[in-house]
Amino acid sequence: MTYIAKPKLHHPALTKNSVGYTRRDYEGKISTLCAGCGHDSISAAIVQACWELDIQPHRVAKLSGIGCSSKTPDYFLGNSHGFNSVHGRMPSVLTGANLANRELIYMGVSGDGDSASIGIGQFAHAMRRGINMVYIVENNGVYGLTKGQFSATADKGSKSKRGIVNSDEPLDMIGMALLLGATYVARSFSGDKKQLVPLIKGAMEHKGAAFIDVVSPCVAFNNHAGSTKSYEYVRQHNEAVNRLDFIEEREEITADYAPGEVINLTQHDGSVMRLRKLSEDHDPTNRIKTMNYVQEHAAKGEVVTGLLYIDPSAVDMHEHLNTVATPLNQLTAKELCPGSKALDRINASLR
Amino acid sequence: MKQITATNDFVVKFANVNGSGSASANELFARSILRMGVPVSPRNIFPSNIQGLPTWYEVRVNETGYQGRRGGVDMMVAMNPQTWDKDIKEIDAGGYLFYDSSKLLPKSKFRDDVNVIGIPLTEICNKTYSDPRQRQLFKNIIYVGALSALLDIDPAEIEKLFTEQYKGKEALLQSNFKALKLGRDYALEHLSCPLGIRVKRANNVGDRIFIDGNSAAALGAVYGGATVCAWYPITPSSSLAESFISYCQKLRKEPETGKARYAIIQGEDELASVGIAIGAGWNGSRSFTTTSGPGISLMNEFIGLAYFAEIPVVLIDVQRGGPSTGMPTRTQQSDLLSCAYASHGDTKHVLLFPEDPTECFEMSAQALDLAERLQTPIFVMTDLDIGMNTRLCRPMVWDDTKAYDRGKVMTYDALEAGADFGRYNDVDGDGIPYRTYPGTHPQHGAYFTRGTTKDKYARYSEAGPDYIENVTRLLRKFETAKKLVPQPVLHKAKEPARFGALYYGSTSPAMTEALDALAEQGIHVDAMRVRGFPFAAEVKEFVMSHPGTFIIEQNRDAQLKTMLVTEEQINIDRLISVLHYDGTPITARFISDHIAKHIAAHTVVPMKKAAS
Repeated sequence: MTYIAKPKLHHPALTKNSVGYTRRDYEGKISTLCAGCGHDSISAAIVQACWELDIQPHRVAKLSGIGCSSKTPDYFLGNSHGFNSVHGRMPSVLTGANLANRELIYMGVSGDGDSASIGIGQFAHAMRRGINMVYIVENNGVYGLTKGQFSATADKGSKSKRGIVNSDEPLDMIGMALLLGATYVARSFSGDKKQLVPLIKGAMEHKGAAFIDVVSPCVAFNNHAGSTKSYEYVRQHNEAVNRLDFIEEREEITADYAPGEVINLTQHDGSVMRLRKLSEDHDPTNRIKTMNYVQEHAAKGEVVTGLLYIDPSAVDMHEHLNTVATPLNQLTAKELCPGSKALDRINASLR
Repeated sequence: MKQITATNDFVVKFANVNGSGSASANELFARSILRMGVPVSPRNIFPSNIQGLPTWYEVRVNETGYQGRRGGVDMMVAMNPQTWDKDIKEIDAGGYLFYDSSKLLPKSKFRDDVNVIGIPLTEICNKTYSDPRQRQLFKNIIYVGALSALLDIDPAEIEKLFTEQYKGKEALLQSNFKALKLGRDYALEHLSCPLGIRVKRANNVGDRIFIDGNSAAALGAVYGGATVCAWYPITPSSSLAESFISYCQKLRKEPETGKARYAIIQGEDELASVGIAIGAGWNGSRSFTTTSGPGISLMNEFIGLAYFAEIPVVLIDVQRGGPSTGMPTRTQQSDLLSCAYASHGDTKHVLLFPEDPTECFEMSAQALDLAERLQTPIFVMTDLDIGMNTRLCRPMVWDDTKAYDRGKVMTYDALEAGADFGRYNDVDGDGIPYRTYPGTHPQHGAYFTRGTTKDKYARYSEAGPDYIENVTRLLRKFETAKKLVPQPVLHKAKEPARFGALYYGSTSPAMTEALDALAEQGIHVDAMRVRGFPFAAEVKEFVMSHPGTFIIEQNRDAQLKTMLVTEEQINIDRLISVLHYDGTPITARFISDHIAKHIAAHTVVPMKKAAS
């Protein structure tokens, strides 16, 4: 949190990516969130991921709902269009935006209250439709902007700052995303940028519904003893299943790994994602087994992180709908209006 | 016994069981009369149910072309034992009862003042067909055949309709011919045909078309360039979205690839549906949703966002009765206030009021232009009466030279040339700012879309003056809308009139007839049909030029009157409400009776004349 304006001048020696942007070109306004907020780390990871992927910032559309997490799109990618929509309804707005122009990259940023409580319906249906998007839930188990009420992802038995113990079952967003047909499902921790940045990159390259649940501690209302979403608790219980190395366009794989340790996942565009396995009994391309794996570890109190599931051959909503290659928002009357002659024929059929 | 005699001016009502296949037979009946050059206006009166409950189809035959519901029944085709008693009661004295006489009914089941026509439909069917479904379906065609003889409808017209419908399905065609002949021959042989009420070939249909409002509105959306439609099933608007799907499949495929130049999503609810439409509008696609009153209620938060964030979107509201199970299959004009002022905060919205299917076509297309021109939600306020009934109306016309009005969109070139872009900056004084589509330019034109906490450059601001500047500009924009919405239509009385009458939407056909009926009684009323909100200046001028103005509405609370009083500061004493809200379409008799009674009560008759 700061009130000092960001200087617009950048250091001339800053490294540029292949499309000519420095990392700072991907930044947004100064964050107004609390110092130490996990969400700011996620924003930084998004900036890093976009810069590394050589994405032109204006080709990204950022959409969010309402809440602390939903404020963050103002704090990254300042040259992208953003849409702070209504509480819990970002998925529908993103769906419509995606229908209108299939060529942009859609990033939905939401929180656990926004997605798991008020917005669980829209979250579910967006996953079902296979919208080509990156859907990030900045998950802190608490309502920050309204000062500390439990959200639907708060674990049963966890304690609020005011000492109230949550008696409701938590809503498992990873489990739901897997069940509902998301084709890229990952979990990470805002405090582990090394893990998070490649996961975001992988999600941005994935063609289909990509969901990342990022546990992101709320320093103001949910970082105390008894919370299961605090920095300390997550660090202790974090169980990473793999490390994702994102590889540009068919780059030759040179590093040596023991057999079985590495999975190369070729994406629809030919790019390869290389997954270093950290757990032997987890297969990220098997949806059913992944569901079991995540549940078994959750029962042991472990927060499984990494790329949990991926279907590299996923297809998206536009393929389901068989829409034209040209973005719908670029079609003109010439393509859209059947014209007066066709109307005369319709009139004739109605007599 | 008295027998009603009337040529080309009568009402036939069919009482059926829903799910029995009667709907298509009844429509066949209506179309055959149209083909004889005589206007008809049919209305479905149906339950919220799929099979087994009573349903009615009322056909008004009227050579003059009056298409409002007339009221009264000259002939009842009583095919539903469940509603028999009520149906019999409804027939006008001297009218006709057509029924299935296969089973003997006690005399007490009939009326002495009604002409009874019995045809053993079930018996004929059972003799001819063995398959139960065929027995059911062809029974309907057999009664159409019998009616053609009784009402003097040319059977060749019905056969022609069959031929068009069953092109390439020879077996089906022949079996329909056969059923038609069975009924017709029986009637000709056993009954005296035709009856006192009958159809005579005329030439009053012209080039008019026969279409329902929902199909026409869907076609308007196709012609108007809508590429994204998101909807949630709700009676009576579902058939609008379904028509859009089928028209798009026929008219909106890329010829080379067969791919869709449209995207249609059946949302999980109305919230998602309007959210999808808003997302698409934000991103530069023409988009719409279609719903009814309960859906509008659910969409309220989003409607406010679209209003303040200034996102083009079209909502077609096919109005019906109240919430939940409340009269979903009955018509009303009861969503005016909930649409005009939808959402929280200070909001006002643009409404369009089509009178018939042709205007549904025109206004749906126009709404897409207006949404982008005004960058705001536009509501097309149709209703069940227009939406789900087939109506004879002007052919739809499209001007190929007319381009879509995409509104104020700042292009790459303008941004590159260094244009000053303030998303909410009123540069032209009409209250309408420029917008950019996402992804337009690498350095310029991006902005963060949010509700009201912003300044004119779309920067975050909670400052009072910024808020006031913004919402006052929105009022200027609303002022601009007055000249852009469809303008009112004035029907001046043939003689000087003290009273005026304002009406809108589906009241139109009943109103036209009522005005003629009143004129015949020597009561001359100037009438104005309101077609848009905000009201054009002429609306207030019209009210102010008459000492009293009737406002005819199909709702309980006089919603248009409320809007007139609020927006135009009109003294409420000048306005006299005529309100019809039982769920049935308003009739000319209802309107003329109310107006005549009111005028009689408020007219001072000179003593001399009263004495004479």
